[in-house]
Amino acid sequence: MATAAPSAPQGGNSHDLRTIATIWVVLSIVGDLAFWFLAGPHIPPGRMSDQARGAQFDFNVLFVIALPVVILVWTYLGFAVIRWRASRPNADEAPVIVPPRTALRIQTSWIAITSVVVIGLFGFGTYELIAPAGAGGGEGPTPIWKPNTKTILPIQVIGQQWMWTYRYPSFGGFETTQLMVPKNTEIAFHVTSLDVVHDFWAYQLGVKADANPNEDDVAYVKPEQLGRFTVRCDELCGLWHGAMYSYGHVVAPTAFYHWATTTEQKLAANTKTLPPFAWTYTPGANGASGSLYPSNVDPYSKSSLYGSSTVKVKQYGASAAQS
Amino acid sequence: MASTITTPVEGSTGAPPPAQRMRNRPAWASQHLGTALIGAVGGYAFGHWIGNVIAAGYTVPQSNGQNDVAVVLGLSLGALGYLIGIGAFNYPIAKMFGREPLPEVAEEGWQRFFRFNLDHKVVGMQYVIVSLLFLFTGGLLAMAIRTELLNPTNHIFGAGTYIAVVGEHGTIMMMMASSVVIGPLGNWLVPLMIGSRRMAFPRVEATSVWLFSAGYLVILTALPLGGFPTGWTGYAPLQNQSTAGMDSYLVGFAIIGMGMILAGLNLGATIINYRAPGMTWGRVPIFVWSVLATTALLVFATPTLVVAGLFGVLDRTALTAFYVNEHGGSSFLWENLFWFFGHPEVYIMALPGFGIVGEILPVFSRRPLFAYKVGAAGMLGVALLSFFVWQHHLFQSGINPDMRPLFMLTTELISIPTGFIFLVGLGTLWKARIRFEPPMLFALAVYFNFLIGGVTGVFLSDVPVNVTVHGSFFVLAHFHYTIMGGLIFAFFGGLYYWLPKMTGKTLNRKLAIWHFWIMFIFFNLTFFPMFIIGLLGQPRRVFEYATRLQGLNDFSSVSAYILGSSFLIFAFNFVWSIYIDPKRAESNPWGSRGLEWQVPTPVPHYNFERLPVVVADPYRYDEPDQGVADFGTFGDPALSPGAAPGERVPHGHVQSSDDSGDFDPRPPII
Ligand code: HEM
Ligand SMILES: [Cu+2]
Ligand SMILES: [Cu+2]
Repeated sequence: MATAAPSAPQGGNSHDLRTIATIWVVLSIVGDLAFWFLAGPHIPPGRMSDQARGAQFDFNVLFVIALPVVILVWTYLGFAVIRWRASRPNADEAPVIVPPRTALRIQTSWIAITSVVVIGLFGFGTYELIAPAGAGGGEGPTPIWKPNTKTILPIQVIGQQWMWTYRYPSFGGFETTQLMVPKNTEIAFHVTSLDVVHDFWAYQLGVKADANPNEDDVAYVKPEQLGRFTVRCDELCGLWHGAMYSYGHVVAPTAFYHWATTTEQKLAANTKTLPPFAWTYTPGANGASGSLYPSNVDPYSKSSLYGSSTVKVKQYGASAAQS
Repeated sequence: MASTITTPVEGSTGAPPPAQRMRNRPAWASQHLGTALIGAVGGYAFGHWIGNVIAAGYTVPQSNGQNDVAVVLGLSLGALGYLIGIGAFNYPIAKMFGREPLPEVAEEGWQRFFRFNLDHKVVGMQYVIVSLLFLFTGGLLAMAIRTELLNPTNHIFGAGTYIAVVGEHGTIMMMMASSVVIGPLGNWLVPLMIGSRRMAFPRVEATSVWLFSAGYLVILTALPLGGFPTGWTGYAPLQNQSTAGMDSYLVGFAIIGMGMILAGLNLGATIINYRAPGMTWGRVPIFVWSVLATTALLVFATPTLVVAGLFGVLDRTALTAFYVNEHGGSSFLWENLFWFFGHPEVYIMALPGFGIVGEILPVFSRRPLFAYKVGAAGMLGVALLSFFVWQHHLFQSGINPDMRPLFMLTTELISIPTGFIFLVGLGTLWKARIRFEPPMLFALAVYFNFLIGGVTGVFLSDVPVNVTVHGSFFVLAHFHYTIMGGLIFAFFGGLYYWLPKMTGKTLNRKLAIWHFWIMFIFFNLTFFPMFIIGLLGQPRRVFEYATRLQGLNDFSSVSAYILGSSFLIFAFNFVWSIYIDPKRAESNPWGSRGLEWQVPTPVPHYNFERLPVVVADPYRYDEPDQGVADFGTFGDPALSPGAAPGERVPHGHVQSSDDSGDFDPRPPII
């Protein structure tokens, strides 16, 4: 951005300008390199999934663009405060006016440079959103940016005051508080809520999607490292919002398949008492705000009462488990 | 030219007509804060009673114990009673019955600050007081939040109390911030800066400050009513689920919103129509441009908030289902309406701060404002664009996911006009002669802080990065850097700069500089760690966090205590220098060329003896011989119905409906 600074309208200006530019360039290069190589690899959310890796890369790219901007302004401000204070010698010399043509040039180049940077950021952000299938963010009920594969494991995430439960439709739709996801598999989290708005934040996986009542919010992720990750509720949902956290695990596909099938059997009796699997559930007139309404009011809803609309789920079977 | 300017308003002569002077209000009938509070209590009791009568058959929702109909009616009628008690409706009601209203007396002395006063300078000072009340209340609550966050697992508050405190802090601060510059400084300064002797709608203006203070009382009632669990964003359906404290939030925001709309209408109309002759758009001070851009936001964005709040109130009382999914409504509706207001709101809170900084920089660097036109265009551009970005708060919500690239683009586009404001500042400092008086320190700090706030905003606008930082302490740090680091720093800069004019007293410079350094250093030490805390995974509004984050949180908390105490230095300075040991301020202590500094201190009742004729913009620090305006007699004195040349408009002068301008105040068509 050095070009945006005024060029010498009068003797001596170019000297100040050169000092500022030198400090700026040196600090920016040192700062950017230090950040990229020292801090960059450790920037949250880490590298546990394809999406997390993308988020880390994007953050680092934004940072190395932002740092020189910040350093430019700070260097200039610092320089101004020291060099152009009224108490300096010769401060009373005739005012230095930037000639109108120079001023105009500065203004147009400032506008041009900021515009180019902004359009570039927009292009970069859009690419990085679309390429990793929505970058781990909630994409609503009908995502248009999807992973490029047929075998996607759906896991339903149900937010409720004040815990998360998960249903595995590919395994008979059992419901549990345990979150297990297989490594190297495309996963679709279908996030919904039984009462108020929550937000499913699988921190190390780089996944975040609001859990809205009556809405199916899909977020894709492809875990790439084994281990534990944190799940926190990230949208204020009332009294115990602060305590609404738990952990999930990325496990090997075979281990996952084993866990899922045994849990399916173990919970079989339980699953029968659950409402049939559906993408959204309406908890009836006794939900979050339900009790506000007299019980004789017939609830109207696009999805009917808790679980009555069943959904066909493409089976996630042995083929994925072998991958 | 003279005749266009000085056409007398019909029926107004220099001295008030004797008949009106005779009908001054007797002392016992005078209305003031006391009668307003009586009206508020009476209105609340009446509304509560009515509500319990008409909604007697309703099931009391949840374990609430309160009938929401009664609470809502109580709060609304309480606010109405407050306005009646202060006398806001005397004039229109008398007119309605065809009677000549009793004129309000424009009085001197401290009592006028507790009355319904039509002088914009009194209204401005009233706004100062109420804003500081808001700020200190919100600040105390912030200390409570930071105290709870000292330890990740041991709790001082219960879970419910903690979110009530967070919500109350956020709401109070947002209410304050949406008026904190527009109200005090906007009302006080705009007529002086544009060379007007009055506001366009003094009654509307006076009503706005009383609505502002009514909103303060209403939002305070949330605490005894049990608080509200939604934070300042009030998301439904949690909103519908909450107990009666939520009613205070909804009614309070509606009242504050109406005050904002009225303030915006009046200021916008004044700036457009009441500029002095010669005060062309190319000479309007940059602060006035910022206020003008803000008034557009106030007038066009705030009604959404009021209506959204009304929907919420109806959901909670009349069992409508605007926001209730299982009854055909949508929780997305609230999110959309709230943020459609909420994003312009953040620029309502940012732009006036930029305006203040733009006024302060040239004065203390003795340089003309650089790129004035680009700066003004930037403010208008920010105001316009801010209506098209609101869904960046909803990137992960599942609403319109395919539109996210568009909202990413609009959001990032805003950084272009925002950048203009940096260009203005940096260009003005070029080879300047900088004097480090307290206002200048605060102005420079605004650039320092807002840069961090703005740059982190670009991170937030990037959807992939937003996945990690949305809803975390990173966001919290970001908006504290913009609002507190930008607006509140600018506000204090503005106070140190203009209070000598507003009060006629000099504030202690040493204390001001102490205040600045402590506030600046500990502001950064409090909030910078929060970026890291957020990146490391701490969500907002939680009272339990990972134990590994305790160190950073404690560091932030301790810094916050010191930050909080810096406000006490200001409070002490304010009280000491203005009331206890007052020292007279010169009428233009900073050597400013602004029109507002060219009038005597205290500023005469109608600001200028005559409408000044403006001959130059106020930033010509490079041309010491260039005048600012002609304040002397102009035109034919015989045509002028106002005070004779050199004569002050008498104090204790009666203001009546048509005796407020003396001149046709519109600028001539040049
Ligand atoms: C003494 C200075 C301040 C401190 C130490 C402080 C601290 C905090 C903290 C710790 C929180 C968040 C708690 C959480 O989400 O877990 C918070 C929330 C908030 N603060 Fe401040 N704050 C200060 C001043 C301000 C000011 C001046 C404003 C605005 C003008 C402001 C506006 C807000 C808002 C809007 C929230 C969000 C509340 C919500 O989540 O609904 N704060 N503050
Ligand atoms: Cu939750
Ligand atoms: Cu916004």
